[in-house]
Amino acid sequence: MPSPQFSNFYPDFQVVRLWERCIKCKRCIKECSYGVHLWDEKKKTLLAYDNKCVGCHRCEAMCPTKAIIIRRYPSDFREHGLWSPWHIKNIYKQADQGGVLLTSTGCAQPYKNYFDHLVLDACQVTNPPIDPLREPMELRTFIGPKPESIEVEWQDGNFRLKEKLPSLIQLEVPIMFAAMSYGAISLHVHQGLAKAARDLGTLYNTGEGGLHASLYEYGPNTIVQCASGRFGLHVDYLNAGVAIEIKIGQGAKPGIGGHLPGEKVTEEISKTRMIPVGSDAISPAPHHDIYSIEDLRGLIFALKEATEYKKLVFVKIAAVHNVAAIASGIVRAGADAVVIDGLRGGTGAAPTMFRDYMGIPIELAISAVDKRLREEGIRHRTSIIASGGIRNSADVVKAIALGADAVYIGTAALIAVGCTMCQRCYTGKCPWGIATNDPELIKRLPPEVAYEKIYNLVKGWALEIKEMIGAMGINSIESLKGNRDKLRAVGLTEKEMQILEVKHAGE
Amino acid sequence: MWLLKEKTKEISGCGISGIINVRGELIPGQTIISSICCQNERGNGLGAGYAAYGIYPELKDFYALHVMAIDKTALERVDEILAHKTFITYQEPIPTRKVKTLKDTPLFKRYFVKPKFIEDLQRYCGEDDEDNYIVSLVMYINEKVDGAYVISSGKNMGVFKGVGFPSEIAEFFRIDEYKAFIWTAHNRFPTNTPGWWGGAHPFTILDWSIVHNGEISSYGTNRRYLELFGYKCTLLTDTEVVAYLLDLLIRRHGLPLQLACKALAPPFWMEIDEMEEEEKELYRAIRVVYGGAVLNGPFAILFAYNGGLVGLNDRVKLRPLVCAKRGNFYYMASEEAAIRVICQDPEKVWAPKAGEPVIVELEEGVIPNQRSYLRGRKREVEEDELRAECQFIPLQRS
Amino acid sequence: MSLELNASSYHYSEVNRIIRQAIFSGEKEIILTGVNGHRYLFAGVTSEIKAKIYGTPGLDLGCFMRGPKIEVFGNVQDGAGNTMDEGKIVVHGLGGDVIGYAMRGGKIHIYGDVGYRVGIHMKAYQDKVPVIIIGGKAGDFLGEYMAGGIIILLGMNTIYPERDIAGLFLGTGMHGGKIYIRGQIKEKYLGLGLKPYPLEKEDEKEIETLLQDYCADFQMDLNEVLKEDFIKIVPYTHRPYGKIYAY
Repeated sequence: MPSPQFSNFYPDFQVVRLWERCIKCKRCIKECSYGVHLWDEKKKTLLAYDNKCVGCHRCEAMCPTKAIIIRRYPSDFREHGLWSPWHIKNIYKQADQGGVLLTSTGCAQPYKNYFDHLVLDACQVTNPPIDPLREPMELRTFIGPKPESIEVEWQDGNFRLKEKLPSLIQLEVPIMFAAMSYGAISLHVHQGLAKAARDLGTLYNTGEGGLHASLYEYGPNTIVQCASGRFGLHVDYLNAGVAIEIKIGQGAKPGIGGHLPGEKVTEEISKTRMIPVGSDAISPAPHHDIYSIEDLRGLIFALKEATEYKKLVFVKIAAVHNVAAIASGIVRAGADAVVIDGLRGGTGAAPTMFRDYMGIPIELAISAVDKRLREEGIRHRTSIIASGGIRNSADVVKAIALGADAVYIGTAALIAVGCTMCQRCYTGKCPWGIATNDPELIKRLPPEVAYEKIYNLVKGWALEIKEMIGAMGINSIESLKGNRDKLRAVGLTEKEMQILEVKHAGE
Repeated sequence: MWLLKEKTKEISGCGISGIINVRGELIPGQTIISSICCQNERGNGLGAGYAAYGIYPELKDFYALHVMAIDKTALERVDEILAHKTFITYQEPIPTRKVKTLKDTPLFKRYFVKPKFIEDLQRYCGEDDEDNYIVSLVMYINEKVDGAYVISSGKNMGVFKGVGFPSEIAEFFRIDEYKAFIWTAHNRFPTNTPGWWGGAHPFTILDWSIVHNGEISSYGTNRRYLELFGYKCTLLTDTEVVAYLLDLLIRRHGLPLQLACKALAPPFWMEIDEMEEEEKELYRAIRVVYGGAVLNGPFAILFAYNGGLVGLNDRVKLRPLVCAKRGNFYYMASEEAAIRVICQDPEKVWAPKAGEPVIVELEEGVIPNQRSYLRGRKREVEEDELRAECQFIPLQRS
Repeated sequence: MSLELNASSYHYSEVNRIIRQAIFSGEKEIILTGVNGHRYLFAGVTSEIKAKIYGTPGLDLGCFMRGPKIEVFGNVQDGAGNTMDEGKIVVHGLGGDVIGYAMRGGKIHIYGDVGYRVGIHMKAYQDKVPVIIIGGKAGDFLGEYMAGGIIILLGMNTIYPERDIAGLFLGTGMHGGKIYIRGQIKEKYLGLGLKPYPLEKEDEKEIETLLQDYCADFQMDLNEVLKEDFIKIVPYTHRPYGKIYAY
């Protein structure tokens, strides 16, 4: 007798079909890449396997007569404060299959979100708020190491710089797109991100899957990533963008590498990653040329030498317990920017236990890193890029007020192109055509649509940021950086406020 | 209660006034009193103050430390520190009059000192580092001595300030008995905290003195930026940062005055983008490197030093500033009336552009220890070395 | 045309700058003497030049390079041929750790022994098949995560007669490529699931061609090298980690 599969007994979602609306057009069958809907030829009717449903809502959204509702499966387990259905079902899965629980996106545990305990200031009477619709409001931000002071000389009736600034990256909005590899997401999303980055005056990040030939033209708006797998990494790739990001870790899965299963390595991905079709793309947990901070310096300068010092080198780490000291070491190793990816940073695939229980919240990490670098007098030698769980423009403003120079958004950009957070990116079957490379599925999200949605999102956020800092009486973003006066805590402990260096509301 | 226990920043609106005689001829105190008192409506009796340059000609080569103390104990602590860290050539209580309306007046004392470099520091720090020494000393007293503050520390100049209307403070400090070649004055309207004597303007460091009308929305950023260079903002008011920023940019980093003003109130990117290449690079560098120094929010400030008077507005002109000239006199004030009351027939009255500094320097060689910052200042020591070696108090970053 | 440079008094960055400039102005051969610890030499160089290095080059010799043929008269330190794309590094001496990490093309010939983690994550793509040939012995984790390419381990020119030909965990996580070993290897040294196989006809042909080139570099006798039988290590599956997840 085959052993029962407990995990199949209790579906997460239920497909509710409103028969009075259903015209049996079978669109739902076509839309669902998980095979939930099927046609019973004998009875001439539609059936649904609830236990295959991941809750992506694609069928519901596409049903021409709005005849489908996807809802949580209504049958309940007996209430228990400790053993929630999530824990119970995870155990069933592992008992059935004996493996590591896998999931996608960022941390789903309801830890305290510090952004939600910080409120912003606004001017009333004593100084005027500024209206960005009619008065100048500047978001331009520079990424890279800056000298501590400048020297000028008087020549021919003018002052001029004695020494030019080192090369810096100019952003028109302090929001960049986080590393998401071609492979984890579709080429169309990459194309949309690249074009949006160009039109917004910001950068997108290739992730570790190489750079598709169609994207080289977006070089001035590209960060290329160098991860431990070194996929598609060669001299032309390193020279293609304006910065190279060494990925040490990722907030969703600190301390482990990546794994693009062979079935996702299609023809195009194979070309871009430069590995054979169908071959697993495994990124080791460490870079095997980096076992220490001096080795990191080794790789930073290897990349700088190979690109003749024309590219900035970023180093991305997950926010872990000792993040401040690590960041300090990274700056001293020569990184032009430190990317800190917090507890809630997303991923295409990560073990559930890593996603949900490893790392520290980004808010605390930003404050700690900024403080440490300032204490050591090396803050100007780098930029801090914060990522992981930035959900709206207020989060961006708070991150900058806590000391970040700019932020990365990943999940938010994907939601902008239709993601419903079903958290099944790792299957590669994304019915919305985002986290997939199935040639049929990717057609559901053309690059132009991806571009438009992402562009609109950041345009909206940029306007909101201008409104918010204008309300604070500030008309350029540099006056927000590290400006704790603009933040007050609501419902935080003394310790938390001490780490965040903020006062409580009312103080 | 003049000592504010709560560590909150004060917010205020105000009136300001300044006069300079470019030939270094002395102007009686009554002139500035008349000018600032004309703007009484801009204050509410919770703060006023005066800065005067050229008032100690006999002791011109000594740093004049004006110290304010809550009680004798605090003052004795200052005595002790100064005796240990400096050579004091002369000290006395600052002469005051009894003013009925002023309550809880603190103690005021002035010391005329030179730095006492101790052992090793002598080797590292030449004469040029006397200024840095005094800055560290002032930071040390302001931070470490409870209830005592150094309210001015330049040579041949001094600041007189407190909680009251400008007329009361002038009466208290006998301003009418002083003569100076530069005067600045302030009339205060703090809005959300009671005024305290230390929080009145002018604010100073060395011979820099600032009077300020406005609110610096970037205070949090500026303060953190200054902390990087060892400045401690202890006076709980945003104006303090302006003094330290000027000291940092002009004296320590050697930026010419005009460019330092541009760092505080930079041109917009849209303006910079239109500039010729060389100029563009310069302004881009100023904004990129000195982002933490930008004074954001509404302000009109007057700042003076041993050699000049400067007026500066924020870059979108959210506070008033009027200038006038007659002969060797230049006037700057919040209101034209404050100028006309002391100069009935100016040759020229004008309103400066937003973010464009109005710089008036004395003619060369008319005063002792004269400073000019129009062409910048040679940097004697690299910033890092300054920090590492020339601070007798190790930098304590909180 | 050739450039000869005594690198002893230069910083690596300066040496690389001179090299690039020389290549730009048409030099085809570069001779570096006095090399000692200079890092990243020929990093990212994409021209098919020849180079001779006398001394001990430092970290990441020829990293990311595509084209140069570098001959080293001395030992190489860690990371030689890191993520190299094309070209050749011939070492008349020993190699350090992590030689040929993630290399995608080209050849690395080492006369003597190498350190730990050599040939990790080598990959092959289309006509690019990277090759590392080690004349001596290797440390642990040879060919870890190997995804493509060829490693040949001879165990002949060694300064460690007491050691086994390779360390532990040889080929662990391997999911592509081949490792050839001259003589035998104890199975316990192999990564989980790996087994030694005898060579097939085309394997023999393959190694003969590769070794011919190797022997020519070091004036070794090919027949001597081929005297002993070789074994072959290949992945037991292309999806070594396909079954570790529960969905």
